[in-house]
Amino acid sequence: MGLTTRPTPRSVEATGGETWVATKLDSLVNWARKNSLWPMPFGTACCAIEFMATAASKYDLARFGMERMSFSPRQADVLICAGRVPFKLAPVLRRIWQQMPQPKWCISMGACASSGGMFDNYAVVQGIDTIIPVDVYVPGCPPRPEGLMYGILLLQEKVNQEHMGDDAIRREMEPDPKSGLYIPPAAIDELSEPFGNSVHQTRSGL
Amino acid sequence: MTPHNVPREGAPANPTAAALQSRFGDAIRRVDVVWGETTVYVARECLLEVVRWLHDDPEQRYDYLSDVTAVEHRDPERALEVVWHLRSLPRRRFLRLKVELPRGTALEVDSVWPVYRGADWLERECFDMFGVRFTGHPDLRRILMWEQYREGYPLRKDFPLRGRFSRAEQLRQALAANPEARYSMEELSIADAFADLPDEMRQRLKSGERTGE
Repeated sequence: MGLTTRPTPRSVEATGGETWVATKLDSLVNWARKNSLWPMPFGTACCAIEFMATAASKYDLARFGMERMSFSPRQADVLICAGRVPFKLAPVLRRIWQQMPQPKWCISMGACASSGGMFDNYAVVQGIDTIIPVDVYVPGCPPRPEGLMYGILLLQEKVNQEHMGDDAIRREMEPDPKSGLYIPPAAIDELSEPFGNSVHQTRSGL
Repeated sequence: MTPHNVPREGAPANPTAAALQSRFGDAIRRVDVVWGETTVYVARECLLEVVRWLHDDPEQRYDYLSDVTAVEHRDPERALEVVWHLRSLPRRRFLRLKVELPRGTALEVDSVWPVYRGADWLERECFDMFGVRFTGHPDLRRILMWEQYREGYPLRKDFPLRGRFSRAEQLRQALAANPEARYSMEELSIADAFADLPDEMRQRLKSGERTGE
């Protein structure tokens, strides 16, 4: 989905012409980047409370170099979307994502941000990956701080495998100009297809 | 009377109901008392008159409008009801007014904004969710859904829970709604409204008190 056009980690052997200096520089830059991710907290619901607990002293997000919350998207590296996003907020989230400089990553925290959760209704976006590209999905309702930290560790793992020669991490991903979306509309409809009992759940069927 | 010993039916009605009946006669269609709460059904065309009297009459003094909402029943024959919750702080009374808007008629009723300025957003919400038009409202537009929302009125019974359009179409329309085209920093600033503020608030702002920004 949103992930397919993201830079895929390449092994040093596969690229061939890399020198010893370039690979060492890669590991140095990646080490610096992954240990100083500044999160932009986009908290809209109860997940944000759990996110605060993660940032507080007991779980101490500062251990991962993330103690500096960047409330301005222009200084942020990773967008943590914690909570449900209604359609009314969709252009706001899109704008915040576009204001963040490259390289940037996104963590979708919780069931609602990842899939719409239990809010399968007219007002809520069915997963923020329909608006912006997402790197790590953290399940849970809300996820425990350990869960979020595991997601952050996964993201650090991903950052660690990036490759400076890869142009894609410096290029802004543009949405499809026709639809204004990152993934095709048909894929969005398919992703949002209800399942289980909710197929019959409609208030108009008296 | 305390809430725990109120019978479901037969509790004494709010004395305002009798006063309304003697004053407005046929315009008061029905009075219900359920769980000690009095509901007065008012004719649609008399609503504003009734509300104004309740607010102004020295015996009633309903000085607080706590809610405006609407009810649509599952029975498709039943009328849609618009509900006003009035409270009298000096008299310690609560009164519920209802106006029935029968099927097949326009969903229109007078706005109570001339009496209670607090009705402004409450009526906008009711319009947004149910499509009831309040005539005389100064600025009747959507408040919860965004301005360009075109799918209808979400709390109506004929509205499908997921909305009318496909998810991709909903998303495309939502993203096309540029918030900055509608909401400007100028609109949000207090400078334009400064002259309209109460004197005491103007003094505080002039003295440089922090406003929380």
